[in-house]
Amino acid sequence: MNVEKKPGPSPRASFDWSDALLLESQLTEEERLVRDAARDYAQGSLLPRIRDAHRDELFERDVLREMGELGMLGSTLTGYGCAGMSYVCYGLVAREVERVDSAYRSTLSVQSSLVMYPIWAFGSEAQRQRYLPKLATGEWLGSFGLTEPDHGSDPSGMVTRARKIGGGWVLNGAKTWITHSPEADVLVVWAKDDHDVIRGFILERGMQGLSTPKIEGKFSLRASVTGEIVLADVEVSEDQLLPNVTGLKGPFNCLNRARYGIAWGALGAAEACWHAARDYTLDRKQFGRPLAATQLVQKKLADMQTEITLGLQGCMQLGRLMDEDRAAPEAISLCKRNSCGKALEIARVARDMHGGNGISDEYPVIRHMLNLEAVNTYEGTHDVHALILGQAQTGLSAFG
Amino acid sequence: MKVLVCVKRVVDYNVRIRVKPDGGGVVTDGVKMAMNPFDEIAVEEALRMREAGHVSEVVAVTIGDKKSQEQLRTALAMGADRAIWVEHEEAIQPLGVARVLKALAEREQPGLVLLGKQAIDDDCGQTAQMLAALWQRPQATYASEVVISGETVRVTREVDAGLEVIDVDLPAVISTDLRLNEPRYVKLPDIMKAKRKPMDSYTLPDLGVELPPLVERLETTPPPARTGGFKVESVEELVATLKEKGLV
Repeated sequence: MNVEKKPGPSPRASFDWSDALLLESQLTEEERLVRDAARDYAQGSLLPRIRDAHRDELFERDVLREMGELGMLGSTLTGYGCAGMSYVCYGLVAREVERVDSAYRSTLSVQSSLVMYPIWAFGSEAQRQRYLPKLATGEWLGSFGLTEPDHGSDPSGMVTRARKIGGGWVLNGAKTWITHSPEADVLVVWAKDDHDVIRGFILERGMQGLSTPKIEGKFSLRASVTGEIVLADVEVSEDQLLPNVTGLKGPFNCLNRARYGIAWGALGAAEACWHAARDYTLDRKQFGRPLAATQLVQKKLADMQTEITLGLQGCMQLGRLMDEDRAAPEAISLCKRNSCGKALEIARVARDMHGGNGISDEYPVIRHMLNLEAVNTYEGTHDVHALILGQAQTGLSAFG
Repeated sequence: MKVLVCVKRVVDYNVRIRVKPDGGGVVTDGVKMAMNPFDEIAVEEALRMREAGHVSEVVAVTIGDKKSQEQLRTALAMGADRAIWVEHEEAIQPLGVARVLKALAEREQPGLVLLGKQAIDDDCGQTAQMLAALWQRPQATYASEVVISGETVRVTREVDAGLEVIDVDLPAVISTDLRLNEPRYVKLPDIMKAKRKPMDSYTLPDLGVELPPLVERLETTPPPARTGGFKVESVEELVATLKEKGLV
């Protein structure tokens, strides 16, 4: 591209410390409006209740219904009451929601990418008609059952079984670390059939033999409930099978979409920690000057600014690629891994910069730090995504 | 009945305002802009009137450069039926705005014009009153409650002494105060729908309005930095200090 430039010095451009590479200018008008709408809701309605929701481990179904009313659930899907937005818009929404709390973003991700997406992509028309409208409004809460007690990073080793019987299936096994399971109305569960092929099933609360005990003592994502899914001879009709997918590509397709949202969201949490650390160290005076006037603090703030700014550029480009169907799963792994690892480190440092106040939930940093431990772990740990990227560039598998 | 709602593009209320180094106004380049919050309340009120069956059409209006269409788009996403964009690049003052709105009111024949009591950028708080005078219709400013009944509207006004309740004949001009309502959150699908709603555009010559600048801005300066307080030992010293500073 040729740019006509007259000889002489360029004027000095102004610097926005909170948006060093002017991400704002890369957004379309529609994307800005979507971001603003999500931010208004998150800051106006979610932020005021998160401290108590986290402190008292409250999972509020109203949050899901509000998200549904605003069109945030399954927002990239078309038809069935879904908004049909771009992936860039979805990412911007995830960032604004997770700026408040990762638990709320988890609610958004699980419902949208892990429950609604597989029904939309792999379900029958009857299944779409039955489930998607109510999941989109938030009237029904969904769950996604892949991880098992002995199979986390290697889902192909799952032992949950779906045995074929006349006119249907019988499911046996157990899933764990399942977001929303204790309260879910609809559960998308993955199991191996008689030929060891992974199949997806849509289960509903109330089915005989299905139970969903809550996991107690969780120190992370406390505003979203987590549990197990126990299947003891759960008999379902053929109508509950997701007909249009077999094998691990089913769950992996869902996880890729959720990981994309996490890549944006984790950086939203990181931004919240960075801004909190900046505000705190500007206000807090020790030895007669603000903490922010010290080199140690400024170095930390500069590192946070750099990682977040560059990370968001990556997410932006990934979103554009998603919208063009050109984003490889490995590219999603790269951004998910980078965002989560960096966000967790930023949260830990921000917690440290808050001194003693950093361990109180009157400040957001300890909450984000605890949340990001889970976010860095779920949907592919930091290390497992490294193995995906390692294999993709060496051709050698280091799994197992 | 048709309602005309006037919205202004201003620097977002969360942004820390910076004065340009040469004193020629405040920095808006690369700064987050938004709809004036009082105008947002006006849009919300118009939508509630429509939902209550008093109003058949909500028309959002703004005057400004191309970027100000974004605020119209927000009004459309909130639920306005259509929008009018009056193209104008230069800064505009309340009397100029009132003249443009009067021209539009004559064209559109609304039963009600709703607008924020002031814009948070210049805090003039004059447009509603000027429009009412030019249009020769009643005004009800600083509204905290608006009840339409037939050809009149009962408006509760927030005044220094408390609340004042007045009845005004329609068509009228109402300016909205903070406590009138809480604007709704925009629904994401409505942002997509807003793109397909009609937006008419006019230039000032189209409307037969000329806007010679009446007020010249000499200088813009940031407010003086606050200096720290100090403690006094006794009530006597406090009173003496206040007297000394001419504060009592």
